[in-house]
Amino acid sequence: MAEITMTQALNLAIDEAMAEDDGVFCLGEDVAAKQGGGVFKITSGLSEKYGENRIRATPISETAIIGAAVGAALAGHRPIAEIMLMNFVGVCMDQIVNHAAKLRFMSGGQTPCPIVIRTTTGVGVGFGGQHSDMLEAWFAHVAGIHVVTPSNAADARGLMRSAIDANDPVIFIENILCYGLTSEDPGPGYRVPLGKAAVAKEGSDLSLITYGRTVLDALEVAGELAKEGISVEVIDLRTIAPYDEETVLASVNKTGRALLLHEAVRPFGVGAEIAANIQEKCWDKLKSPVRRIGGTFSAVPFATHLEQAWIPQKSDIAAQIKASVGKA
Amino acid sequence: MAEIERDKLLDIYTRTMKVNRTDEKFRELLMQGKVAVMYYCVRGQELVSAAAMAALEQDDYVVCTYRGQGEQTAKGIPIEKWWGECLGKATGTCKGKGGTMHITDPDTGIMVTTGVVGSGIPIANGLAMASQNSGDGKVTLVSFGDGAANIGGFHEAMNMAQLYKLPVIFLCQNNRYGEHTAYADHTDSVDISSRAAGYGMKGIKVDGNNVNEVYPAMEEAVAHARSGKGPVLVEAMCYRMMGHFFGSDFSYMPEEHLAEMAAEDPLPKLRKVMLERQFTEEELDKIVEGINTEIDAAVQHALDAPLPDTDEIYKDVLEETA
Repeated sequence: MAEITMTQALNLAIDEAMAEDDGVFCLGEDVAAKQGGGVFKITSGLSEKYGENRIRATPISETAIIGAAVGAALAGHRPIAEIMLMNFVGVCMDQIVNHAAKLRFMSGGQTPCPIVIRTTTGVGVGFGGQHSDMLEAWFAHVAGIHVVTPSNAADARGLMRSAIDANDPVIFIENILCYGLTSEDPGPGYRVPLGKAAVAKEGSDLSLITYGRTVLDALEVAGELAKEGISVEVIDLRTIAPYDEETVLASVNKTGRALLLHEAVRPFGVGAEIAANIQEKCWDKLKSPVRRIGGTFSAVPFATHLEQAWIPQKSDIAAQIKASVGKA
Repeated sequence: MAEIERDKLLDIYTRTMKVNRTDEKFRELLMQGKVAVMYYCVRGQELVSAAAMAALEQDDYVVCTYRGQGEQTAKGIPIEKWWGECLGKATGTCKGKGGTMHITDPDTGIMVTTGVVGSGIPIANGLAMASQNSGDGKVTLVSFGDGAANIGGFHEAMNMAQLYKLPVIFLCQNNRYGEHTAYADHTDSVDISSRAAGYGMKGIKVDGNNVNEVYPAMEEAVAHARSGKGPVLVEAMCYRMMGHFFGSDFSYMPEEHLAEMAAEDPLPKLRKVMLERQFTEEELDKIVEGINTEIDAAVQHALDAPLPDTDEIYKDVLEETA
């Protein structure tokens, strides 16, 4: 089997969904061939194949982009809207939160809103404070939305197909630093169901629960600690909301310890919600307090050494795990 | 300009009176304390909604606002379901989960009623984009007020619609007030329709109180959009003869404005046109009586209808919870 990058995986998933269903179309800034097929090339080659109505390069108008996606979805189409960088969702939150997320409920089930909102972000590329944030908690806090992020190319292919299949809005977060990751190609039609976490590495001493780029850090730290006799189980949520509670709780019930890790800032984050749930439901099995690690609670800085200091540190992940298992 | 055909005129009259009687009935129920819900009166704007809906085909799409009773009832939403929704009953269009500000009835093309000023405008583009992609020949009409013309999404959506030549009619019902703020206190440009030129779009400004002007304008706009020539911004000048919402103070409206508005009331003007076109008083009264009977029955049905089950709060969140 050939290897594919996450960029190719996303492109292949969108391509095959568009080939199967005329209602699937993409819209966003710079997405067509004339503009280079998207700033990260995810829609490369598709406007040549499906035309400019189905790969619509839009003006820089995030509210109009998401509004149009909502309207097309109400008419039974399956739009894939690109918000080039995740911070720009601030421009179109009304359309996402007040409309896409709520129209199924407010219409009594008459108007579901099957849209995929693809968006890119990530700390570590020097983009500074307005192009780097992980804002998944904003959306996880709203009923009526799936929030998804892949940590590898194969999952990217499978999650994108499932996101396009879904009959509700999906926020699909792509980490810039993950685009180049390669996996064995899972092949056409491959799907990873929404709401299902993956056990990325089995272990028995602590459950390290994370998603997206920090899965890579988690696996690296878990590998290092294995040499010291600490067995870390790494859970890759893949779907952040609604998350796979069953897999998470089963893991923590087994290990008795949990550490939540994400690139997003720690206060009021996804880790806080899951940690609270673990304390409520696994209390009898817990051997130590549930811990959390997130990005520094400030804007993402520009200078390389500041940005690197901002990100959750692998040394801190290791230290927290050791403290949790009593080997600090 | 050609005269409106007699059948069409009668259709517009019937729709107008349906909107008006619904509005009167709603205010009566609120005054009597029989219902206590948010309601945004449409008194003074009945004709604009009726003429716009009469210019559309039954399967065309409509997006409206919390002040959308006119579009909803004039488009033909089943009124038992409409009243059911307004009273928060299980028999409502949205099972009582949307309410007066969020009426949805895809069967009659009422695709979204938004409670957020201006938010329907970008959504209308998407419905039209779906029609353009699939070639289904439908047009989308989105109704909003003069206040909505100042939100960012208006500008984004106008530019995008014209860029793609989307089959959309942007109907600005300029009722001279954005919430409690008079037009001159929220906008310095002389009107809204002239903004169309800035987007390269066709713009039409029309007297929304005169059926012989507003209906032909709507017909022209719909034909333009349906032909593939692109969107149209129609500004129908009208008056909001009540406060922003039922019960809200509107003593801020100056005397001269009230006098001007009374003189321009579209209902007596429409009645006059009907009589000029040889419809009889008796005939017209009979139409109104029929509407009243229908509304009374629908209101009673809604009052007697069951409340939604409490577990509805968990349903329709995601497909998994449907």
